[in-house]
Amino acid sequence: MSRLSALLSRETALAWGRGGGPLVAVGFYAGVATLLPLAIGPEPARLAAIAPGAAWVALALASLLSLERLFERDYEDGALDLLTLSPTPLELTCFIKCVGQWLATGAPLAVAAPIAAIALGAKPDLAPLIFACALLGGVAFAFVGGIGAALSLGARRGGLLTAVIVLPLFVPPVIFGGGALDAFSSGLPWVSGFALLGAYAALAVALGPLAMAAACRNALS
Amino acid sequence: MNWAPAFLANPERFMAFSRWAAPLFGVIAAVLAVVGLYLGFTAPEDYQQGQTVRIMFIHVPAAWLASFIYLCLGVASFLSLIFRHALADAAAQAAAPLGAAFTLLALVTGSLWGRPMWGAFWVWDARLTSVLVLFLLYVAYIALRASMDDEAKAARAAAILALVGAVNLPIVHYSVDWWNTLHQGASVFKKGGSSLAPVFLHPLLIMGLAYLSAFGSLWLVGIRGEVWRRRAEAAALRAAKA
Repeated sequence: MSRLSALLSRETALAWGRGGGPLVAVGFYAGVATLLPLAIGPEPARLAAIAPGAAWVALALASLLSLERLFERDYEDGALDLLTLSPTPLELTCFIKCVGQWLATGAPLAVAAPIAAIALGAKPDLAPLIFACALLGGVAFAFVGGIGAALSLGARRGGLLTAVIVLPLFVPPVIFGGGALDAFSSGLPWVSGFALLGAYAALAVALGPLAMAAACRNALS
Repeated sequence: MNWAPAFLANPERFMAFSRWAAPLFGVIAAVLAVVGLYLGFTAPEDYQQGQTVRIMFIHVPAAWLASFIYLCLGVASFLSLIFRHALADAAAQAAAPLGAAFTLLALVTGSLWGRPMWGAFWVWDARLTSVLVLFLLYVAYIALRASMDDEAKAARAAAILALVGAVNLPIVHYSVDWWNTLHQGASVFKKGGSSLAPVFLHPLLIMGLAYLSAFGSLWLVGIRGEVWRRRAEAAALRAAKA
């Protein structure tokens, strides 16, 4: 157990400390949220209609950013070889890597999401749901994104390739979360979308580490 | 069909089989397409859709094939990942561009049909979107394979991606029921038989078979080309060593 907690603190510290950590993701998120009204127009009515959805999509894009370094850094300096040799199963290591990624970027982004949505003109009573969706969706984004990051190990243009691989897989969580937010803001039952988002996150947590470990083993072979 | 992969797993037997099977499937596809298109274009106009109903004979089989080829890609990737069979990997590699082409055909013909019917080339409906996602998955598969220099590693990484993407297939299939929006529900294969008139159903099924054998023919040709390419590469390597 101490090995796992040591691994978790290592991953979280690396994701938090190196390369700007959560600041880069939150900064990118704030940048996208700033560009949106500039492109769409400042009318509050028009902005308010798209605010929850825009905040949600920007969140998916921002969670792509730091994925590149999730495995690449350990792959380059040989730490991934050592992690593979350790008695901890590689699947569990990948799981903990994604949890560290979520703690360092998903959770800070979830705090920033309601602020961005309200700044864009969403109703303030939407804030708790946006926070919950971002927290839950962040889990799905981290675990699905980890698959893309592991698969593009050793490829040319790894960062761009990760985005091409991962964005189609982001479609279900984006639809479910967006559906829940849209239903809530128009006063409809929103639980089904939120529950489906949770189901997708659970599926990603259950199956993602298997694919990540297989991809890491392949990259190291 | 259990015997088919076992029989064809031997590359020599596969090459001998595909040598005559590929042109045969091609001829069958051409004959069926001529018959299907003739029946399709002589069918009466639909009372709602008019002449545009004929786009269906091009569009619907392409959409069937788009999902079916992903199934083939998934099975081939599974076999190559588990049994490390070189021929299964060649099959997966040859299936991906074909799948992307059929998916693109379904998207393009669908939007040409959508313009007169829905008044828009593209509607962000659930099924359209999930077919678009299927196309993006094919593109991701091809891009991942293309961006790795080590062929063996690229093959295994791409196979993992194909299996991960297979999670998307049920979403493509059931999205109509889940989100149930603008796109009409399933009408050919559903409980209580088809709701399509026979005068439209028969050409549609013939076109479906034509597309299927065209895919079979092109797939076999693609696998044969891949096998020849690998043999040539191995021969060049041997010549360089000698």
